[in-house]
Amino acid sequence: MGFEFNGKTYETDDDGYLINLDDWNQDVANFIAQNEGIEMTEAHWEVVNFLRDYYAEYKIAPMIKILIKEMKKMFGPEKGSNAYLYQLYPAGPALQACKIAGLPKPTGCV
Amino acid sequence: MAKTPKPEELSKIDYKLPEKGWMDTPVEFKEGMYCHGARPQYLETVDFPNPRQWSSKKDEDWKLPENWKEIVLNGMKERLEKYRSFRLFMDICVRCGACADKCQFFLGTGDPKNMPVLRAELIRSVYKRYFTASGKMLGKLAGGRELTLDVLKEWWYYFYQCSECRRCSVFCPYGIDQAEITMIGREILNLLGLNTDWIAGPVANSYMRGNHLGLEPHTIKSNFDFMAEDIEEVTGIKVEPTFNRKGAEILFVAPSGDFFGDPGTYTCMGYLMLFHELGLDYTWSTYASEGGNFGSFTSMEMGKRLNYKIYAEAKRLGVKWILGGECGHMWRVVNQYMDTWNGPADFLEVPVSPITGTRFENAKSTKMVHIAEFTADLIKHGKLKLDPSRNDHLKVTFHDSCNTARGMGILDEPRYILKNVLNHFYEMPEETIREKTFCCGSGSGLNAAENMELRLRGGFPRANAVKYVHQKYGVNMLTNICAIDRAALPTLMNYWVPGVDVAGVHELVANALVMKGEKERTQDLRLEPLPEKVGAENV
Repeated sequence: MGFEFNGKTYETDDDGYLINLDDWNQDVANFIAQNEGIEMTEAHWEVVNFLRDYYAEYKIAPMIKILIKEMKKMFGPEKGSNAYLYQLYPAGPALQACKIAGLPKPTGCV
Repeated sequence: MAKTPKPEELSKIDYKLPEKGWMDTPVEFKEGMYCHGARPQYLETVDFPNPRQWSSKKDEDWKLPENWKEIVLNGMKERLEKYRSFRLFMDICVRCGACADKCQFFLGTGDPKNMPVLRAELIRSVYKRYFTASGKMLGKLAGGRELTLDVLKEWWYYFYQCSECRRCSVFCPYGIDQAEITMIGREILNLLGLNTDWIAGPVANSYMRGNHLGLEPHTIKSNFDFMAEDIEEVTGIKVEPTFNRKGAEILFVAPSGDFFGDPGTYTCMGYLMLFHELGLDYTWSTYASEGGNFGSFTSMEMGKRLNYKIYAEAKRLGVKWILGGECGHMWRVVNQYMDTWNGPADFLEVPVSPITGTRFENAKSTKMVHIAEFTADLIKHGKLKLDPSRNDHLKVTFHDSCNTARGMGILDEPRYILKNVLNHFYEMPEETIREKTFCCGSGSGLNAAENMELRLRGGFPRANAVKYVHQKYGVNMLTNICAIDRAALPTLMNYWVPGVDVAGVHELVANALVMKGEKERTQDLRLEPLPEKVGAENV
């Protein structure tokens, strides 16, 4: 599977997650978000950027708990909650925000 | 992804038989009922055949090797010679039908090919046609059928609609183990590169990095630091787990889901608190960092390759024995295969609890003890100070995980523990628990997202039993001792029985555990406020 964007073909898995992490850039992220029905605002980028930074260090998306706690530390208590994250990413921060951030989805007993 | 129907719709199950006989009813692939095909990178990692980009939709080209039929038949022949059980199970079924309505996937789908007898017949018919004299001569009359592409696709569809839970085998008068038939079926499919992406991914990760999620050592450490922070917030006590520590007495192995996803992390916090309180001389490993074994959902050989690291790490670290966490299929592998696959572990000692002195004779050959046995023994000897009233906000039932229940007989230990750490325990109906437990619907690597309808249907009988105790007694917590359960059951409960949460047994142990020097607890492990105190501490 994959999609075309700006004359380039991007390879994805069957659920639309980028296969090659190096393919990611902000424009591609905006494009994936659009297909998910999400208009990227500064608040959306805060999450995506955190996910990408975390991934660069740990090679996996963070546990949701960590995401929430770190968001709280960085952006204040009103942004450190599950409800806030779901408001930004209705299909779930783990799945939807990771997809936009160009990260693979975790697999196994999760 | 397929849209999942509403519960009112999904619960209308059609048990009507198709108009024609099963051999003349071609398989139809329904969206939401099967998984994506394995991507090439995962297969390449473990040197599996035929890595390629492909779609598992029925009408797509599956990009099989030209001689796929020969590969399948040779693969069957090899396994018929190698596994006596496989040949026996092919030969002895008398089609009595005792298993037919025992499978949760049949009960939840109404699809006759999910009757265990018929699922087995999908491959048995090919066995008859190509490997028995009567079938070679009489073909269909003797129950044989040609191996065609349609038959192969039918195998794919139905061998990944079986969770290898073995409920049917409990009722089979011959003891035919349908899980083994599914395992061999999947093994043969894997000769053609036909695995699911959801199984192949964890296999590749586990092979390269030691665990299904692919967590690297510093990531594991960081997740534990995070859990330790929460433990400190709840108890005021700083736990300091060690990793890869040579000379520790015990190596502890748990499913990696327990240090990544909720509610598994609460179970993991439970282990950490218990071991800290005991002053146990144990270590975690970032190499043997997975109890689960998605390799065993792929092929015997792959199961063995992934299982290898547990003994290898025990040997490298020089521990005396191994303790294992709340994982399901890990225990089927440990209890039934590990010591013949990768043993004998003669460098280890027969496990003895350093706290109670109990010698675990039952683990004499594997040298690996289940944490439910370990903790039940602690309680039996009065070694834990427990305050069950801290779990008074919970009305609890226990879901026997298929593999620990039917694969090794862990039935009473978790119940004994639960009844000591909480005050409100209620059993689900008898025919849905213990050896007869229903599967969560997502075992054996079926816990992907794209096959959600299958999971909800397969989990329907389990959910029904939970609903019964939820309505009758107000049960609001479904406990278990399996990481797939902890991952799958919350979704199942949200869908069928909202208001019921999911927890591992050791989360509730740690809630109740009165630790030396702890501050007064006001929160449970989920950082939720504790119920108001009523009675005195129960020691």
